[in-house]
Amino acid sequence: MSNFALEISDLRKIYSGGNEALKGISLKVKEGDFYALLGPNGAGKSSTIGIIGTLVTKTSGTVKIFDYDIDKNVSLAKSILGVVSQEINFSQFEKVIDIVSTQAGYYGIRSSIAKPKVKEMLKRLGLWDKRNDQARTLSGGYKRRLMIAKALIHEPKLLILDEPTAGVDIELRREMWEFLKEINNNGTTIILTTHYLEEAEQLCRNIGIIDHGEIIADTSMRDLLRKLDVQGFVLDLENPLDELPNIDGFEIRLEDPYTLVTAVDKSKSINDLFGQLNTLGINVKSMRNESNRLEELFIEMVKK
Amino acid sequence: MKEVKNINIFITLWTLIYKEIRRFMRIWIQTLVPPAVTMSLYFVIFGSLIGPRIGVMDGLDYVQFMIPGLIMMSVITNSYANVVSSFYGVKFQKSIEELLISPMPNWAILLGFVIGGVSRGILVGVIVFFVSLIFYPEFEIVNLGLTILVLFLTAILFSLMGFINAVFADSFDDISVIPTFVLTPLIYLGGVFYSINILPDFWRSVSMANPMLYVVNTFREGMLGISDVSISFSLSMIVLFIVCFSSLSLYLLNKGIGIRE
Repeated sequence: MSNFALEISDLRKIYSGGNEALKGISLKVKEGDFYALLGPNGAGKSSTIGIIGTLVTKTSGTVKIFDYDIDKNVSLAKSILGVVSQEINFSQFEKVIDIVSTQAGYYGIRSSIAKPKVKEMLKRLGLWDKRNDQARTLSGGYKRRLMIAKALIHEPKLLILDEPTAGVDIELRREMWEFLKEINNNGTTIILTTHYLEEAEQLCRNIGIIDHGEIIADTSMRDLLRKLDVQGFVLDLENPLDELPNIDGFEIRLEDPYTLVTAVDKSKSINDLFGQLNTLGINVKSMRNESNRLEELFIEMVKK
Repeated sequence: MKEVKNINIFITLWTLIYKEIRRFMRIWIQTLVPPAVTMSLYFVIFGSLIGPRIGVMDGLDYVQFMIPGLIMMSVITNSYANVVSSFYGVKFQKSIEELLISPMPNWAILLGFVIGGVSRGILVGVIVFFVSLIFYPEFEIVNLGLTILVLFLTAILFSLMGFINAVFADSFDDISVIPTFVLTPLIYLGGVFYSINILPDFWRSVSMANPMLYVVNTFREGMLGISDVSISFSLSMIVLFIVCFSSLSLYLLNKGIGIRE
């Protein structure tokens, strides 16, 4: 048995209208990985996830989940897969507890075993107090939690989340990150698609970028970020400046009297910049990245 | 790696059946009460008020003659309506994805929805039967075995038809077109309220092409021991259609028509 949670080979999808959403992509995700699948809208992410979850019929190619082919061993492949779809996909008129219990039943979990599992899962996701509420009365954030509870109730070995934090406030997003890190540390392989690239950078070890139905990058997050030639930093100053200081070898601009922005080439050390600022008597209070590093790289890659 | 086991198919199937039954029981005021009210009105108007003026039909009191037809009408419309609205509902709300992503095989999905439809159809049929006893307390079933057999077969057949309708439906209009413009006229003209023996030859021949006539008359044979058609032929046709529609439904599910992109 290989140690891949997901193996995709030469996967193609041509929709009935003739749109070729996937042009023969191949991808491997190792067991235990936290993998980001990124791409602009319409790149083919949701088609890929749809095919893995058998919601979309593939045109050709193979998909294996922990060695189980979704064509030949569909039941076994599905039994170890959990999918959190982009759109809400539960009955809005059912109670929260019934939705999760029913999902457990669909995976063949006996009621006596499912009951304590459902209780634990709802408590873990902060849904226990709302267990008897109709799903349609939940706020957007709680509906997202319910989607995750549903996808995890059968303890899948591979969890795929299609933009799970879209439209979720920052506090809940961070809570979800912690939760996902925890289940990944406990052995669940996670594949995440997101438009928040900060999220991918924070959580994922490996990354695939898909664009126009093709994989244009499949590497580790560290290696990908190493490709950045220039990195932007924002320096918050202790005292205001009236004019732009003269700094050799660095491109700088004064955003406002208290904020200097610089672009540092990979070949240069930022210590040189601090040395020159120190000589000029300019004290830096704090420093941060100008924008998300992955975002810069992502935009650069999909523009090509 | 933890051992991967095949799922317990009985639990998955029971989960879907239980969910389907819970769905129509939760909205009982929309699903179980209306047939009882409507049929009571039929019994009052056609049974108690107009019935005595009509006199006898095929040698029976008119209200007695009507009972099997009205029960069958309720079973047909409710079995069909349950599956068409439930399956289209899960498609519309996208909760069909819960089923499609799960390891439940397609035949179990079909069976779960059909058993849901059969359960509602039969429950409504029983309710209407008890309502009919209020208006005709001396009613006795002649052949209980045939009555139950036809009840089940009819509920299965129309649940399957509801399923196929829902698979192809793209809007709420699509799930009401067939019940309104096809099922209802065929039921009304299928011998619920009259024996085809009272029709002129031409219209009697035309009526013989109406499949509802066979369902209603076979059921009437079970309940009252009278029929306008051959029972063995009717039962064979019902079973044949069940086999055809089951095969078609499974084909649609396996191909993902109307449910997978």
